[in-house]
Amino acid sequence: MPVNPELVGRDFAPTAPYLVGREKVREFARAVFADDPQHLDPAAAQALGYADVVAPPTFAMVIQDLTLQQLLAEPDSGIELSRVLHGEQRFAYSRPIVAGDELTARLTVSGIRTLGGNAMVTSDAVITDAAGEHVVTATSVLVVGADA
Amino acid sequence: MTAPAVGEVVAERTVHLTRESLVRYAGASGDFNPIHYRDDVAAAVGLPGVLAHGMLTMGLAVETIVPWLGDSGRILDYGVRFTRPVVVDPEHGADLVIVAKVGAADDDILRIDLTVTSGGTTVLGKAQVRVRAT
Repeated sequence: MPVNPELVGRDFAPTAPYLVGREKVREFARAVFADDPQHLDPAAAQALGYADVVAPPTFAMVIQDLTLQQLLAEPDSGIELSRVLHGEQRFAYSRPIVAGDELTARLTVSGIRTLGGNAMVTSDAVITDAAGEHVVTATSVLVVGADA
Repeated sequence: MTAPAVGEVVAERTVHLTRESLVRYAGASGDFNPIHYRDDVAAAVGLPGVLAHGMLTMGLAVETIVPWLGDSGRILDYGVRFTRPVVVDPEHGADLVIVAKVGAADDDILRIDLTVTSGGTTVLGKAQVRVRAT
């Protein structure tokens, strides 16, 4: 089944709120070799003006992933995980993610184009905080291979 | 901070990845795709070996500049293309070498270009971070 072009513009529900925990930020920071104190030490983060430890820039992927799971769960998507490669990734920030944030993501599929039998699926996850303010938009290009 | 000149290297580091690093990232990120920890699955789908998560490479690359930035909140946007896989040998692991250089600068915004290589091969394309100049 080819990738369904009707995914573009489809309305997806916002993801359930994700509460960013301090130990989760520290765990993620260790995993990406992020040893700067702003990621680990609340006092260091507060000295920079943040309420708690600051998540490394790519932590937004953890929230965006909830939207990619929504996309894969669409029964008519034509996207099969075993044929998916991550082609490109981009983040556009209004502010960094900080422990204590309660974040919600909203998915849109902005484009699907075919290239040599592969489909390039561009999706955006707009991530907002509990006040509804924009935090970061995460954009992925998934390369979906043709049927084997 | 004096504005750095275009072409200046602002930060660099080498990160040694092992299979343990990949398992740690899988747990922290929730990405449990078995091509990142099982040789048999990687081989079955035609890969040259167990690969590092692209998002691990992207994440550790940008972190190279955070101590130099001082405040990671100066980062406006960050994007990469995943151009070459990073194979992590079960015994010897893999080294990633990151060099961060000023690619463009104006009064308000610096573009930092990240070069990320493994075994002499560049693994990320167009890895660029736009940051507030101050």
